[in-house]
Amino acid sequence: MTADTRTLEDTLRDAAPRVLGVLLRRYGDFGSCEDAVQEALIAAATTWQADQLPANPTGWLVTTASRRLIEIWRNNSARRRRELTDVLQVVQGEPDDRPDGDDSLALLFLCCHPSLTPSSQVALTLRALGGLTTAEIGRALLVPEATVAQRISRAKARIKATGAVFGDPSVMDLAERLPAVLHILYLIFNEGYTSSSGTSLHRVELTAEAIRLTRQLHHRLPQDGEAAGLLALMLLTDARRPARSRPDGELIPLRHQDRTLWNAAAIAEGIALITSTLKAAALGPYQVQAAIAAVHDEAAHTRDTDWPQILSLYELLQTMTPGPMVTLNRIVAVAMVHGPAVALGQLERAADDPVLADHYRVDAVRAHLLDELGLHTEARDCYQRASRRTLSLPEQRYLLAQARNHRPDE
Amino acid sequence: MKYMILIHSNPQFTERWEALTGDQRDNFGRGHFTLTDGLAASGELVMSEGLADPSLGRRVTRGDSQTVVSDGPFAEAKEHLAGFYVVDCESPERAIEIAAQVPDAIWGLVEVRPVLDMSGWDLDG
Repeated sequence: MTADTRTLEDTLRDAAPRVLGVLLRRYGDFGSCEDAVQEALIAAATTWQADQLPANPTGWLVTTASRRLIEIWRNNSARRRRELTDVLQVVQGEPDDRPDGDDSLALLFLCCHPSLTPSSQVALTLRALGGLTTAEIGRALLVPEATVAQRISRAKARIKATGAVFGDPSVMDLAERLPAVLHILYLIFNEGYTSSSGTSLHRVELTAEAIRLTRQLHHRLPQDGEAAGLLALMLLTDARRPARSRPDGELIPLRHQDRTLWNAAAIAEGIALITSTLKAAALGPYQVQAAIAAVHDEAAHTRDTDWPQILSLYELLQTMTPGPMVTLNRIVAVAMVHGPAVALGQLERAADDPVLADHYRVDAVRAHLLDELGLHTEARDCYQRASRRTLSLPEQRYLLAQARNHRPDE
Repeated sequence: MKYMILIHSNPQFTERWEALTGDQRDNFGRGHFTLTDGLAASGELVMSEGLADPSLGRRVTRGDSQTVVSDGPFAEAKEHLAGFYVVDCESPERAIEIAAQVPDAIWGLVEVRPVLDMSGWDLDG
């Protein structure tokens, strides 16, 4: 993105973690600093003009947030008075030192602290790193603003209680906690992507936000294969969004999508990234998932897809992160390579595993395979059973439509 | 994941409620307030409401030319909805744990239902 095309909002969002980083380095106290930055961002959003930003936006925000922090502390208990004196000296002594360091990594690690629940980690990351307001996060996550506010304040209290401090993560922290950080970014992406059909326009922003944050992380840790793999996975998945649903919100499965609608630039970037990463880095599950997405995105049609390669990638993924969804997706690939009868046999064996036996998507995959075998009546029953068990509205609509397509008289 | 916790009621339940002492009823009410406050504090509460008596319910039917509104209660309905919680929590187990704290759960009148969401799927990977 060039300086010319940057909007006011982009400037604020980019500045948010850096301003918070400066405040945290100076004053500590994550909870109050984060509140102060949030208020400075709101002040900027209402007073700045898009065509006339301050000469030094970050400096302006640091100054405003510092003043606001002092007010917050002034309103707090007398215990704070001595700290306040120190702060006043610091603020007056260093009027506008523009930070050039990047604190986003340290901040991300603090927001994804292991003592927090995933929903709190998501809310805090979106606010502290994404610069989103509590109301915007509430709209994106489809929960009331008060609920988000409570998650954030509870998360801050917990971080304080654990005594976690803001600082550059050590090599050991990185190795230990990066998977959780990546998982939170993945959750944010998924929250937006899986819901980007239908009426929830706001939620599309979550995918953009997740990509932006993951891109930042990848720039900070270019050697990390999984950060790169996650970014590639997001780019390659999000590229299909324009073809993924009809205007009425109805989902279109991958095999029926109009692939000319896919975002070619995102696909090219994703493929280049995953290709170079697979050569250089230690292999991990996000890279394998990105590789699978890349194989899909490279094909102009389902029948052109390199299914044997997809199958071997799913087999690899299953050894790394076994789970019901990996098993079911692998079985779909088996059907494409070895035919639906072989896949159905594998599905029935896999369904003996109690973890999978009750999984709501077993019937959906079974229906698809029966359909391929021409057993339409049996398929219809499975589609109906599957539609009763799903928790997803678009999926329910799709499965019911499939069941209707297989009336016995047809 | 969002869940709706439905509190059902029926004429037998109303009788049992009438038979409670004032203190017992207060405890019931306090139980709801405590639960709501706790869910708000944990960031899991989406909303919770108690519903007015079913006799105040109105059945609405929209025809081609006009909307017909008829009075409740609906004679054929043996059960009615007395109130609900909508929570957004980490797991179905947690939703059940919350439902067990609804005071009405001692009478077995509480049901947990997942709320359909807009999440999608990609069958072929």
